[in-house]
Amino acid sequence: MATQRITIDPVTRIEGHLKITVEVNEGKVVDAYSSGTLWRGIEVILKGRDPRDAGQITQRICGVCPMAHGTASILCLDDAFKVTVPDNGRIIRNLMLGANYLQSHILHFYHLAALDYVTGPDIPPFVPRYTGDYRLPAKLNETYVAHYLQALEIRKKAHEMLAIWGGRMPPQTAMVVGGVTCKPTVDKIASFLWRLREIKAFVNDVYLPDVLGVADVYADYKNIGRGYGNLLAYGGFPLDAQGKEKLFKAGCFANNTDMPFDIGKITEDVKYARYKDTTTGKKPSEGMTEPEAEKAGSYSWLKAPRYDGQPYEVGPLARMWVNGDYRQGVSVIDRHAARVIEAKKIADAMEAWVMQLKPGEPAYAESVLPDSSEGVGLTEGARGALGHWIKISNKKIENYQAVVPTTWNCGPRDDKGVRGPVEEALVGTPVADADNPLEVVRIVRSFDPCIACAVHLVKPSGEMKKFRVI
Amino acid sequence: MELTRREFMKLCSASAVGMGLSQMAVPKLVHAMEEAAAKKPPVIWLQGANCTGCIVSLLNTAHPTIAEVLTKIISLEYQSNVMAASGELAFSYLDAVAEKTKGEFFLLMEGAIPTKDNGVYCTIGEENGKEVTVLEMVKRIGPKAKAIVAVGDCASFGGISAAKPNPTDCKPVSQIVSGVPIINIQGCPPHPDWILGTLVHVLLFGIPELDNLGRPKLFFGESIHQNCPNYSYFSEGKFAKKFGDPGCLINLGCKGPMASSDCPLRKWNSGVNWCVGAGSICIGCCSEDFPDGKAPFYTALPKDQWPKADSEIV
Repeated sequence: MATQRITIDPVTRIEGHLKITVEVNEGKVVDAYSSGTLWRGIEVILKGRDPRDAGQITQRICGVCPMAHGTASILCLDDAFKVTVPDNGRIIRNLMLGANYLQSHILHFYHLAALDYVTGPDIPPFVPRYTGDYRLPAKLNETYVAHYLQALEIRKKAHEMLAIWGGRMPPQTAMVVGGVTCKPTVDKIASFLWRLREIKAFVNDVYLPDVLGVADVYADYKNIGRGYGNLLAYGGFPLDAQGKEKLFKAGCFANNTDMPFDIGKITEDVKYARYKDTTTGKKPSEGMTEPEAEKAGSYSWLKAPRYDGQPYEVGPLARMWVNGDYRQGVSVIDRHAARVIEAKKIADAMEAWVMQLKPGEPAYAESVLPDSSEGVGLTEGARGALGHWIKISNKKIENYQAVVPTTWNCGPRDDKGVRGPVEEALVGTPVADADNPLEVVRIVRSFDPCIACAVHLVKPSGEMKKFRVI
Repeated sequence: MELTRREFMKLCSASAVGMGLSQMAVPKLVHAMEEAAAKKPPVIWLQGANCTGCIVSLLNTAHPTIAEVLTKIISLEYQSNVMAASGELAFSYLDAVAEKTKGEFFLLMEGAIPTKDNGVYCTIGEENGKEVTVLEMVKRIGPKAKAIVAVGDCASFGGISAAKPNPTDCKPVSQIVSGVPIINIQGCPPHPDWILGTLVHVLLFGIPELDNLGRPKLFFGESIHQNCPNYSYFSEGKFAKKFGDPGCLINLGCKGPMASSDCPLRKWNSGVNWCVGAGSICIGCCSEDFPDGKAPFYTALPKDQWPKADSEIV
């Protein structure tokens, strides 16, 4: 039987511009290609600027997770400026990042993923929609639609909560090198805490049962979309001034073995990405990347990050696994389950953190812009492990690099032709109806892709090459 | 549209400039709303070189809620982050709706449009096996729209996507489409009230009064500085030396005098706070030259560019 090619372009209900192509033979996916279709060149834009501006500009890498990029950027500046952040500043940053986790996870389950399992009302944007494998009985479907609408209000409140410290969202302006600009006053603490409790109640009473409910009805998805099962976390949410203890540990898990995380093992391949081949295989701190849109064989603006030469998945499941909090399996359902369990863990932690704030004590430490320096900031964004690297010369940004979660997950094949995590997760999937490939989109969305983030940050070097579309 | 008069007033009432609130009292308003009551105009939301911050900001609307927007005010035919359909089903629908509701639909553009190398840096879907650039799609459906609303700095003026050295030659939508009314809602991102308030104004009264850069005077025209709570510090010459100090933040880089919007009055996220309220400088995102004209953000404006103590309109 002939192989059929199914292209899903655009993949909707994600952040950004993504195309997925699968080859189906005898009803099963035999190969898959994940392709990012937007390139802006934010890092080229960063070159030559005041390093402090990176904390604001990098937040525009993505409007769904600006907090993640802001955090990584500011941590990397803290490192380069050699400043220690006072406890109040560290805690407020954690509260802001945590608030965005809650917003992002709730948005993901209800407003990005749910419509693959739940049918909305018969008005745009809920129609048109795929038809076929929608299994919920009418009453339960109705309940989930009501929760979808309720979740719109809850995620908005998570941003309000963040704005108490951050000024506004998206993106916030309070996080700066050395701390935060806002002060932990009692009224803000109370206002934050009461909003947090409302959101926590939603997570416990609505979001968690809903994920379990969908998991029950779509139980076969516990065995769909596994991929490699290699899981990686850089660690995030520092619990002390030096960042020695973190809420999420760093580490990796592959071949049934827990291993410590070694930043030196990260490299990026570009054979199948739209960048010059001469720049392949480099570590982020030495990466040299030049775009080349017409390069033969390339199919994505995303690079292929590898850890110790292997593809790794990042995100809530990876974090929860590395931490030992969730080890039930790797699948579509496990990703959604780990995400809600993580939301609960974060909400609980935030409730303790906000009570650790000390009104009257500083939240900010002054620092001086160095003439030259280097820094790295590692954190965990909602979607996974995130790192920013900076090199400062003559008080300006000479080089800026980031390796972002969705690049790990949705990146293309590496130089050896080994597929990326999403591509691998798609292989072996049964596809019942090529016109309504629900199985494919359910797998892709379980990773919570964010493509604006994922398109690799280019190290500026030399001129841009001129190139044609094939 | 089923928006009540009360809801509409809430949307617009915090603006210092105002829309000439006397307009609200005329019986014409009631009549217009009754007329518009049944219709939900089609809206197509396209994303080019964007970050998705603008739609996320819109989702944060307090009054009306986003659920009310989707069910009572507009028919959101195409929006990649929330729509149920994927792939070909979604993309073919985009084209069909633009044709079917030609002259009636509103195009909301988020993100700038890359134009270098025929726009290859941003493709948004496939037709007949070929990738379609956002440049091609905007040129195709832009002229069919009743009006185009550029949402955010990127779509309005180029913004972050077009910042130096503008690697993909990004352009605002007004440089790609002509012959159709275009409204530029600045901000990175804009406040949801500015987006919805503009849209509702268009539906009820037509295009609002725009300045020479296509921005609704309803929301933009007074500088942040003019309405800032720290204005009295500025007038008295009391300036913060570091973050956390009381005083005007102009020496820490605040670009409030060069940015134009009602942030200090309307505030953000259901009125919870705003940038300066969190002790931060204003980075000047409400201006046609953000970010390059406002960078470096944390370096003070030169003294000769400081506003006089009696403030000037930006």
